[in-house]
Amino acid sequence: MNTNDKTIEKIAKAIIWSAALFVLVILTAIIAYILAKGLPILNWGFLTQIPRNMGRSGGISSTIVGTLMVTAVALVIAIPFGIGTAFYLAEYTKESWATRLMRFSAESLAGIPSIVYGLFGFIFFVISLNMKWSVLSGGLTLSFMILPTIIRTSEEAIRSVPTTYREVSFSLGATKWQTISKAVFPSALRGITNGVILSIGRCIAETAAVILTAGTALKMPTSIFSPTRTMAVHFYILAREGISMENAYGTAALLIILIFLINVVANAAVNRLMEKGR
Amino acid sequence: MNKDTISKMVFFILALSSISALALITGFIFIQGLPLFFKVGFANIVFGTKWAPSQGSFGIFPMIVGSVCVTLGATLLGVPIGVCCSIFLVEYCPASLSNLFRPAIQLLAGIPSVVYGFWGLLFIVPFIRNNLGGPGLSMLAGSMILGIMILPTIISISEVSLKDLPRQYKEGALALGMTHWQAIYSVLLPAARSGITAAIVLGIGRAIGETMAVIMVLGNAVALPESILDPIRTLTTNIGIEMGYATGDHQQALFATGIVLFVIIMILNSFAQYIARRK
Amino acid sequence: MVEAVGLGINTRKRAAIAFYIALLSIGSLLAGCQGRERNGIVVAGSTSVQPYAEVLAEEFAVMYPESSIDVQGGGSSAGITAATSGTADIGMSSRELSEKEQHLWSKEIAKDGLAIIVHPDNPLRSLSLEQISLIYSGQATKWSDVGGSSESKIHIVTREEGSGTRSAFSDLVMGDVEISPRAIVQDSNGAVKQLISDDLNSIGFLSLGLVDDSVKALMLNGVKATKENIINGSYGLFRPFLFVVNGEPTDLALEFIDFAVSEQGREILSTEGLIAEE
Repeated sequence: MNTNDKTIEKIAKAIIWSAALFVLVILTAIIAYILAKGLPILNWGFLTQIPRNMGRSGGISSTIVGTLMVTAVALVIAIPFGIGTAFYLAEYTKESWATRLMRFSAESLAGIPSIVYGLFGFIFFVISLNMKWSVLSGGLTLSFMILPTIIRTSEEAIRSVPTTYREVSFSLGATKWQTISKAVFPSALRGITNGVILSIGRCIAETAAVILTAGTALKMPTSIFSPTRTMAVHFYILAREGISMENAYGTAALLIILIFLINVVANAAVNRLMEKGR
Repeated sequence: MNKDTISKMVFFILALSSISALALITGFIFIQGLPLFFKVGFANIVFGTKWAPSQGSFGIFPMIVGSVCVTLGATLLGVPIGVCCSIFLVEYCPASLSNLFRPAIQLLAGIPSVVYGFWGLLFIVPFIRNNLGGPGLSMLAGSMILGIMILPTIISISEVSLKDLPRQYKEGALALGMTHWQAIYSVLLPAARSGITAAIVLGIGRAIGETMAVIMVLGNAVALPESILDPIRTLTTNIGIEMGYATGDHQQALFATGIVLFVIIMILNSFAQYIARRK
Repeated sequence: MVEAVGLGINTRKRAAIAFYIALLSIGSLLAGCQGRERNGIVVAGSTSVQPYAEVLAEEFAVMYPESSIDVQGGGSSAGITAATSGTADIGMSSRELSEKEQHLWSKEIAKDGLAIIVHPDNPLRSLSLEQISLIYSGQATKWSDVGGSSESKIHIVTREEGSGTRSAFSDLVMGDVEISPRAIVQDSNGAVKQLISDDLNSIGFLSLGLVDDSVKALMLNGVKATKENIINGSYGLFRPFLFVVNGEPTDLALEFIDFAVSEQGREILSTEGLIAEE
């Protein structure tokens, strides 16, 4: 090893370390800043009171409920359809141009910007189908948005289940349905769960697709036909209009905590499923 | 009917409805947007430089340029840092640090984009205005925010592709007398090339598709930019800002903008599949 | 598509499809049925009118605790569109109705001034309409071009296409001259105000009721932008705030509009900074 190599080695190491340090600093800067400003705002009253005076005072309870309702509607629709489609593609069809086309369109639609889903949802659900601004419109739009992701991740998970599982199951005399439900599904569950949890995070963090489908109303939603405002939209409006910076920070901090919890639950679930699978 | 037939039918129905849903959204966007292409002319929309929907001008060329420039800027900033960071995680990172690093990156990937945009508005925009000039709301600010936003995507996917390489690659390279960096640079990185390319393509996809964060920091001017300090509008922000107002031709113009985005994503995706197949 | 996934249609599948279509129609029926059973209305549109409508709605709720009024933003044109399509019961507009919109029922609830604003530290105090028009058309690019002392470039800030505030500004100041495409576009009053209060070299326009210490309202030909000067006719930049309904308003919508223009409503709007005197 000559000195020249050593110098390059050192420079490379320095660059890589500084890149990593830079990432870490940026991460901390963003997360710490929001938490530092927002955590002091978070208290029981903030979580349980309805926003008043456009969000200037009061809490954010209705936006929390709104977020949960919209996400729930999206999941209730997207999960069965997404996973069912994945099973159909992976287990019931032969690889052909049709499945490739299907995969390509799911892949492409997963990459379509959320604002395009928002535009579609606004014109189609809200106006054409006259569902108005509602939890239902917002949830449907989000379900369309996360459907490709769920199909893709589930199909990948199902396909990565070793063929031997199926062969063993069939050789034991199991029917196709028994094979799928008893052998394939449990082994693919980890991957499927991962995709679903990823989608929950996307729903909660989404702004562009729900602002004109779920609406921006601050009242507590009473049914899936009520208009509502999600937390991310609430943050956007508070910060953008300069209505109340404190409440904006509080909302953002709660969002970050929520995303963090989802990640923790996801990791724990994946780990437990992995252990069970072994 | 036995369970087998029922289950097959249920799966078939689910698949059919998913396909219909995906076909519905694609079809809807094209049906809404295409008529304007015929009415105003393809060239007048895609290469037109004047956007004034209330006066019947629907040129989105400045927005196409805007999307391309901002995304390019984000890639130039985000890719080297992201790839270096993934090398760090796989090759240099002490275990104690990586246990902190990975969840942090995962968290960063989940933070709402509006939070990034707001953070950029608070820190990056004033920094640019006070130190580099211009109004601060600019292509540069957008590129910086998007560069940060695509980091988690690039880091996590490149990391996986580097980690999945057989151990023999590195051991062999070191046995041949290469230094650590030489092994990374001339053996590991080329071997993980397709994974890293996929990471970059996904990152580009995210940057092109981002809306709310860039509405806040780009300034959204509809003219072609002269410098990176000029305000600029992307295809997504064009839809985002004017979506609520749109009726008639204006609404169709936004769907037309959506079609252009759609086509760009399709091209990117085909490219990604091509890379994946070459692997 | 059925053929595409590698299957022929047989009777069973036909039954399946029929079942699915039935399911979908029941779903859409349910969605369509909701209508207006709930004792609530949606008021949507101009972000300039929104804060005042929020205040009105809160006072209204004191008198009619059973009612629920959801106030949402979106912008004037969005509000008018929403009222036309029935997405909202009442649309809010901060500009006059255009010729195409004349068939709608509308009621002026107040008048609001339009302030030309700059950073508080900007030494400029007064402009003429011609000078403002020169700035916004992009012909005057430096402060010294309009009588200022600074050679710095002016950063023009405008609102988005469809905004009532923008269209009022266009009509009152620009006439047939176009706003420069290089102008920064912000999508709300709050965003304009925040930007102007941060950037020494920026100029923008804003609803007079929202002007506070963070920005400075310029005089027009030496006339201060105040309510008094608008009423006595010396300050000409103002526009109406309208409630717009498709057809004659009924029930709760009518009561709310009546409340807005009642003695009490006018007093509320007046204290909030609007010109609501008869």
